This record gives sequence, structure tokens and C-alpha cells, in this order.
Amino acid sequence: MKEERVNLIKEKLASFGIEYYDVNGTTGIVTTPEKIVDVCSLLKSDADISFEQCRDAVGIDNFKKENRFEVIYNLYSLKFKDRLFVKVILDTKKPETPSLTGIWAGVNWYEREAYDMFGIIFANHPDLRRIYMPEEFEHYPLRKDFPLMGIPGSIPLPKK
Amino acid sequence: MPHTVYEKMKENDPEIPKSKILEALESQDLSIEFDDALENEMVLNMGPQHPATHGVLRLLVSLDGETIKKVVPDLGYLHRGYEKLAENMSYHEFIPHTDRLDYLQPVANNVAYTLAVEKLLNLEIPERAKYIRTISAELGRIQSHLIAYGTTVMDTGGLTPFLWGMREREKILDIYDTYIGVRFTTSYTRIGGVAQDMPDESFAAIRKFIDEFPGYLKEMRDIIERNRVFVDRLEGIGYMSKEDIINYGINGPILRAAGVDSDLRKDNPYLIYDKLDFDVPTTTESDCLARFWIRFQEMYESVKIIRQCIDNMPSGPVNALEPKKVLPKKERVYTKMEELIHDFMLINFGQNPPVGESYGAVESSKGELGFYIKSDGSGHPFRMKIRSPSFCNIQGLPVMLKNAFISDSVVIIGGLDPVMGEADK
Repeated sequence: MKEERVNLIKEKLASFGIEYYDVNGTTGIVTTPEKIVDVCSLLKSDADISFEQCRDAVGIDNFKKENRFEVIYNLYSLKFKDRLFVKVILDTKKPETPSLTGIWAGVNWYEREAYDMFGIIFANHPDLRRIYMPEEFEHYPLRKDFPLMGIPGSIPLPKK
Repeated sequence: MPHTVYEKMKENDPEIPKSKILEALESQDLSIEFDDALENEMVLNMGPQHPATHGVLRLLVSLDGETIKKVVPDLGYLHRGYEKLAENMSYHEFIPHTDRLDYLQPVANNVAYTLAVEKLLNLEIPERAKYIRTISAELGRIQSHLIAYGTTVMDTGGLTPFLWGMREREKILDIYDTYIGVRFTTSYTRIGGVAQDMPDESFAAIRKFIDEFPGYLKEMRDIIERNRVFVDRLEGIGYMSKEDIINYGINGPILRAAGVDSDLRKDNPYLIYDKLDFDVPTTTESDCLARFWIRFQEMYESVKIIRQCIDNMPSGPVNALEPKKVLPKKERVYTKMEELIHDFMLINFGQNPPVGESYGAVESSKGELGFYIKSDGSGHPFRMKIRSPSFCNIQGLPVMLKNAFISDSVVIIGGLDPVMGEADK
């Protein structure tokens, strides 16, 4: 991303009090569940910033006491042909953040995947159910405390 | 009077639990009555074992006569948990697993993954390796598009083009055999380069292939271009507006068929794409026929790219000279002390990339294939997220299928060209 684009985004988002981080050369912003909807609507609708597409949502389990989970949205601008990451840091006990399906319709499945794999709750999501694992599965497989071999008996076998 | 499928089932078997998929399907006031079969809506299960769904994609379709009212796709039948597996293996060990993501173009996946890891390691690879990787990735693109070409025509009832496509694809697999040593699950790239150099006979084979291929492409084009049955089955089918496609995050040939000039090879060049001369074909119809011809034209562009790479191929090493990050040659490991130590360290502990996050993406034949890697400084990725294009593109299926005929669903799915190995990870 070009220097002036980064500065422009910093200027426009100044009122939110946002931190920045680096994804190996690409800019990322760090925000909280309270601000995420406002920040993302601005990022999409402002013609000078214009991130029309959200191409992915990455859930991460940091496996620590405070702020265990995070979700990273991968935004892409078709107009300026560059990328921005939006990271939202979530609580350990109650990982909940508002859903962004109202801004980008495509976020629907990415958020379902993060819910399926990490148990992150997306408030106001229209269809929050598991996407890969069976419906009756009770665990969240990509959490660090889920063993690689799986939990015996977690998927019941058919009756004899 | 039972109104829904569920109530009907409940009558027969009171024990039956209500499926959440069925709940989602019934959420839009779709009460289904059974008194007159012709006047009411029907729920149809399509897949996961259905020849038209190109893999194990399952669709729950709600039908009014022959018209589709609502679709709920159901994924996960090929979910192997690659993201979890990746957290428990070193960066090298994961390369064979990338073959199984998009199994129509294994080499292109190898290239994408190693590029993402090299970005994380800040590793620069030699020029010759870049050229070889570009050739491999473009051969992979042709390989994948030939399947898309063949299956789309086969979905509309023509078997000959499929066999022609497979015949050409077979030649590409034979080329892989000459420089990779295997035909299908290649695992060709290594972090910092490629497994082995390309011999002269491969150059001759590739040159022969790209000289002959455009002629065969013309044949393939002629047989269907003005074929009434084919064009009528695809034209205007599966339309999705440009705004919807952008909003749903769909990319690749489908986005380009809607008139958006977006290709990572041009926009954020990687490998040597900034030095090459090629076009990004776009069109604005945004229907199945447009998507089909976009893929067809991309094959011509790939031939152009491969020809330029072959003509300008530099000489030199194919692996970076970074002993702490790149695996040494096996014959040196057996005779040299230093190489033995490095080999031992790399195999047992892996590369130790700096703590941080990195995202590497390439334009695969279906869209943006990206790897978001979070590293904690150890030899394993702390978290690796695969951004697979098929998964994101299938999300547009309910919009495209709405109000289409059930017989058209076959070509609409074919127009998306999904690969379930990639969508389900």
C-alpha cells in the first residue's frame, strides 16, 4: 500500500483512536468490537478509501489469559488495488463481536467458519451455524486446547 | 394437517430431531403442503454424491415446479482439517498437503504456498527458480481450465470436447513427468527454490506443447462456438450483477466476466509477472457463457506467458544460498559435515521465521489463493489460514440459482468451477 493511502486512512480514522500493526509490509488496523461496525462502514463507503471487497476473515486463538481470540478481516480495494487488514481483539470468556454481514454480504460464510472453528459469536449474524463440522458437534476444533487426534466419542457412531 | 416436511416426518417417527439445515430452509415462510403435488413446493436434496456437483457439494433445493426458489449449500464432506494439521508440522512438511487442496492444479498450489512462506521468512529466491515456478503455475492454470472447459461442455451434453481437453491435459502431465518426476501430486517447490532443475528435454517438450496447443485450442473453440445447443444452454444463465459479485467477495474469472479488471498477477505482481507481457481478458455479460470464454481466453494468455519465460530463461542455481533456511542437496548431506548439520536442524526444528504475521496471495485459476500465517518464532506455524477461492465463490451460488430452472443448476455450478478439495480444506 502506498504511503499517502496509509496516511489518508489514518487521517480519516483519527477520531476512532485506532492502533496500527504490520502484516509483513501491509498495513493492519487493530480495533475493538464496539467500534468495528463504524470503522468498517467508513472503510467501505468512503470514496477515497473504498474497500469494496472483504475477501476473508481469519480467526486466531492466542491461547492466553487476556484477550484470547481475535478475528482479522482481509479487505481488498478493487479501485486502488491494495489490501488492508482489520483486526478485532476479543474477550477470553465471551468472544463476541458484531457481525459485518450488513456491510459485505460475503462475510457470512467466513464468520460461520470462524464460529465453527473457534466458537466466536457474531452478534446479528443472519445464519450462524456450523459450516464444516456436523451440527451436533460440541467442540471447537481449531482452538489450541482441542487435541490433534480429536476427542474420542465426540462424533457419535450409528446405533447397532 | 402437516404443513412442512419436518411435521410430516415427525408424524411417522416422533423421535426424529429437527435438522438445523431444514430450519434454515424453512425460515422464509416456505410452508410445504402435500395435498396437491403439482401446486406446491418441494424440497430436493442434490448431492453430495451427484455427478453434476463436481465433487462432494451438497445442495438443498426448494422447488416450485421446475423453478428453484431457495438454495442452501452444505459443505464439509471433504473437510480434512488442514489448518489444524499445519499447526502441528513444520513449514516443509505441509507442501505435500497443498497438492490436495486444489487437486486440478497441484503445482500452482505448491508455488502459492512456498511464496507465502518465503514472504514470511523474507527469503529471496534465484531468478531461474522464479522462471521455473512461473512456467509451472501457468501450466497448472491451463491444466485446470481444460477441465473446466471439458466439464462445462459435458454438462450441456457434449462428450467429445471433454475428451479433447483431457488429451491436452495428459500432455501437460507428461511434461511434469520430465522435470518433476511425477505426474499428479507433484510437491515440486521447496522453500527457497524448487526440488530440482529443469532439464533440456523439458524445455523441448514445453516448446513443442505451446507450439501445438493454440491450434488445438482453435479446434476446441470451433466445435462449440456456434453450436446452438451449447450456446442456448449457457447464454444468460446464472446471471449475477456486478454489485452482487463484488459484495459477495467473489473473484477470479467470475469477477472478470462481470467487467472488473482485477488480477493479482497485474495488480500486485509476484514472481516475474511484472516483466511479462500479457492481457487480462474481461467481459461484462456476467453469465455462464461469459465465464466460460474468459477461462478459454486465459489459456491463450498462459501460452503467451510460458513462451516468454522459455525464451528468456536465465541460467544459474535454482535454490537460494541460505543454509539456515533452505534444505541442502541430498548428495551433499551424505558427504559434507556442514550440510548434514543444517539438514538435521531444518528437518527436526524447521525454519524459525521472525515473530509476526504475514499474508501471501497469488492468482490461482479460480481466484485469489492466499495463506495468512501467524508465526510465534518456532518451526511450526502458530496459525495458518487458507483463503481458498472455491469456498468464497460457492457463496454466490444461492444468488445465481435463484429463479433458475433445476436443469440449469448443473451448468451454473459448472460455471463457478468449484473444487471441493479446496473449498472444504
